[in-house]
Amino acid sequence: MTAIDERPVDPGVEEPPAATPAFEAAAENADARRGFLLALPGYVYLLVFFVIPVLIVFVYSFADRTPGGTELANWNLDSYRKLGEPVVREILRRSLWLAFLTTAICLVFSYPFAYFMATRSPRVRNLMLVFVMIPFWSNFLVRNYAWRVILGPDGPWSSTTETLGLGSQDLLFTQQAVVLGLVYGFMPFMILPLYASLERIDLRLVEASRDLYASGWQTFRRVLLPLSMPGVIAGSILVFVPSLGAYVTPEILGGAKSTLLGSYIVIQFLTARNVPFGATLSVVLMAAMLAGTLAYFRAGGRNL
Amino acid sequence: MTDTEAAVSLGGITKRFGDVTAVDAIDLEIADGEFFALLGPSGCGKTTTLRMIAGLDFPTQGSLRIFGEEVGTLPPNKRPVNTVFQNYALFPHMSVVQNVAFGLKMKKVPKAEIGDRVAEAIRLVHLEGMEQRKPDQLSGGQQQRVALARALVNSPKVLLLDEPLGALDLKLRQEMQRELKVLQREVGITFVFVTHDQEEALTMSDRIGVMNEGRLLQIGTPREIYEHPANRFVADFIGQTNLLEGTVEATDLVCLANGVRVEAPTRRATPGTAVSVSLRPESATLHRRGNSPVDVPCLDGELTAITYLGNALVSTVALDWMTVEVRMENRADLDHLTVGAAVSITWAAGALAVVGD
Repeated sequence: MTAIDERPVDPGVEEPPAATPAFEAAAENADARRGFLLALPGYVYLLVFFVIPVLIVFVYSFADRTPGGTELANWNLDSYRKLGEPVVREILRRSLWLAFLTTAICLVFSYPFAYFMATRSPRVRNLMLVFVMIPFWSNFLVRNYAWRVILGPDGPWSSTTETLGLGSQDLLFTQQAVVLGLVYGFMPFMILPLYASLERIDLRLVEASRDLYASGWQTFRRVLLPLSMPGVIAGSILVFVPSLGAYVTPEILGGAKSTLLGSYIVIQFLTARNVPFGATLSVVLMAAMLAGTLAYFRAGGRNL
Repeated sequence: MTDTEAAVSLGGITKRFGDVTAVDAIDLEIADGEFFALLGPSGCGKTTTLRMIAGLDFPTQGSLRIFGEEVGTLPPNKRPVNTVFQNYALFPHMSVVQNVAFGLKMKKVPKAEIGDRVAEAIRLVHLEGMEQRKPDQLSGGQQQRVALARALVNSPKVLLLDEPLGALDLKLRQEMQRELKVLQREVGITFVFVTHDQEEALTMSDRIGVMNEGRLLQIGTPREIYEHPANRFVADFIGQTNLLEGTVEATDLVCLANGVRVEAPTRRATPGTAVSVSLRPESATLHRRGNSPVDVPCLDGELTAITYLGNALVSTVALDWMTVEVRMENRADLDHLTVGAAVSITWAAGALAVVGD
């Protein structure tokens, strides 16, 4: 800046700033400052309502449990040791398995659907997109209770199985019902990223592959799947992560016999009053999400 | 391999999309080793015809044989043909080598053989040193060579090319035209080539099929098509031409609309038939009125415009009954041609062609 200031300036004539590295840097700085100011409200919101609460949970996971409640002293790893107990391990295992199952089922059903959608005319595509998103227009809780009616005694499900001569097949309050509810609830989160990545693929690549002696399956394996991998990973994370911590669906459709991670955390905070352990379970859940997200960005970086 | 068996044989091939007939009962035989161009304006059905040979579209009716074998209902991966796609359709997630090796891999060719054949194909299209690049790290011309290598490496019985040079700039296109021609002789494979560029078709092909609105209007060598167009559309689409209205008077004698009698091969047209006579702009010569040779027919008119093209001049001449364009090489002795001059148009014997509708 001093270099500019030292130049003799003709008084009365406003000389435009010369293009110097210093001037360009100053302009760039001003640009960055404006951008930061625009983003500031978002940053503050995230800080107050996300970062700070997460830190509080993290701190509490090391807190000391006393007969009277929780004390922020005598920092220890007791809660983390408790993760190794058979009961807890069983719940973690079951939650991981159901989340995995939900993700796998969503993927298998969504991929052909998303491909079909991506290969339609724009008008049909938009119509199908609306159908995928219609469920979001109604309350998640209400939709889960609707399943309870469908699967419940004398509901459409049991009357169908009875008509078919299979007897009254009671699904409500089973793990199958939970997976059914989760698949139903999270399917759009699989379809949308899959559709987004499939829609960008040039369909002539499929023709080229077929022309080069690839069968339909080989074309899927060698061309479509690798090119749509970002969508597969994004969709899988978007389904797996909320399934792992799901609370509402297992509560409404699942039985008391098979507690899942989400409900177990709630029990720790509200029933068992074991705040440090509830916090620890939450930290584990968040760590799993973080790992998944990082995996996505690393894979995305390679494929995009 | 026999001389009589066609590489590709279409019998009454028709393709309808709903109510639209894209390809209308085409009969065509392409000989083994031939460089054949399907030429026509966009939407004429040439690409659909090519896609049916490839198996990417299926004919509504008709027979489609490749070296005698009926393939009309086979999927593309079961046909002995490969395609060079418009805009290439290279696999973006694979390197040059992986792209070229794809077909052989799908055919389960032994690994060692794949390596040799891929290297050979890459050498053939002059892409040595680019083996590990991804398509987006290549120029348009290089991508086009990869597409060629990817198809040729499979030694198809017929190679199909869908406007393969359309995305290249003029200079590169002309270079690739020559190269493709040389390559075709080298590998000896039948090439079926789709283009809307008449110059490209004329320079490269052994024979051309001209299409319009789903129909195959004429098949012939570039010379036949240019000098003896079968109808007005072909005459007009292949190069520029002046179509003079007239009536057949006798064998090889046509009376033009202004009463001038000219000699032109009338072929099957019978006396009394209304026909058009094609006079190519470059076959005509301009003279100042009165300076033209006396014993040949001529057309009198007024010079109304001159377009300067550098190596040539295109003059527009208004006759009483129509306008004619004359293209002459740019020489120093053309100074007498000025706008408004009274001129006469003559032509060399045999320059006129009679075309029906």
